[in-house]
Amino acid sequence: MLTIWICVALTALASFAIKATGPAILGNRSLPEHASGVIALLAPALLAGLVISDLLGSNWSSANAPLALGVLTAAAARTTRLAPPACVIAAVAVTAVARAVL
Amino acid sequence: MIDDIRTGLRCSAGLAASTFVLGVTFGALARAHGWGLGAPAVASLAVFSSSAQFALLTTLAGGGAAWTAVASAALINLRFFPMALSAAPALRGGRIRRAIEAQTVVDGSWVLAHQGEGRFSRGVLFGSALAQWPAWVTGTIIGVVLAPSTRLLDATGLDVVFPAFFALLLFDEVRHSRSARTAAAGGAVITAVLLLALPAGPALLGGAAAALLGLRRTETEHPC
Repeated sequence: MLTIWICVALTALASFAIKATGPAILGNRSLPEHASGVIALLAPALLAGLVISDLLGSNWSSANAPLALGVLTAAAARTTRLAPPACVIAAVAVTAVARAVL
Repeated sequence: MIDDIRTGLRCSAGLAASTFVLGVTFGALARAHGWGLGAPAVASLAVFSSSAQFALLTTLAGGGAAWTAVASAALINLRFFPMALSAAPALRGGRIRRAIEAQTVVDGSWVLAHQGEGRFSRGVLFGSALAQWPAWVTGTIIGVVLAPSTRLLDATGLDVVFPAFFALLLFDEVRHSRSARTAAAGGAVITAVLLLALPAGPALLGGAAAALLGLRRTETEHPC
């Protein structure tokens, strides 16, 4: 049990440091000019990675059809200009139904 | 600022619901693996990262050494370094205050607070974290206390909320920008390949390297 508490404490410290380091070092200064182009593309690159990571998981062990079907439903619903919350609700419904059926 | 916080809270309602369910899952699994009542709740309060906490839990449950469990959790959270750095210009105060404000950076809040072209809304960042943090902690506590079956949680389909939400934001992000589409395609391919050999955190960091395409764009725009 003590091991678990030590692990939790160390993970919390590491997480704090990872998030804090960049902003603490940067302080009031702006990001360098050449970094702005990279930062602008960080969102699409990381978003795509997050979608893939959520869908596949480590070693692609979490890959499952209902989840992929749900994400595709959300994207397809968005192309019809449906509001994002409605797209997500549609994705949840399709995933739940697919899990029940498949 | 208050309006931005409200926007963050409002836009994060769906994410908070999913975070809550995920928290229940974490709490239930932690209890099943002998974490007791207090450790899961403290972990959710202090770490506030589902992926890192699940990594910690599964590594320890699989018989891994403590240092490997902490290292895998930290590796998974390494993606927050570039994310917090990119949001840094939106934060305020001295170094300590900025370090504390940066703790509001999680996947959902960072994505929602991004206003395009590398600019971030501090209020939306805070509002989104304010919606997700209590949901994560409360879900964990309920999971520990009630210990529901994880099969029941899967059946709700709520685990699709995060990838679906990210996919929608990605869709809007790449719609009008060719370079964004290229970066997204690169990020997806690199992440998918790296996931075959690495945990999610380092794989995501590798995928983020696709943003380096932005250097080429800057050089083109500023040839001097």
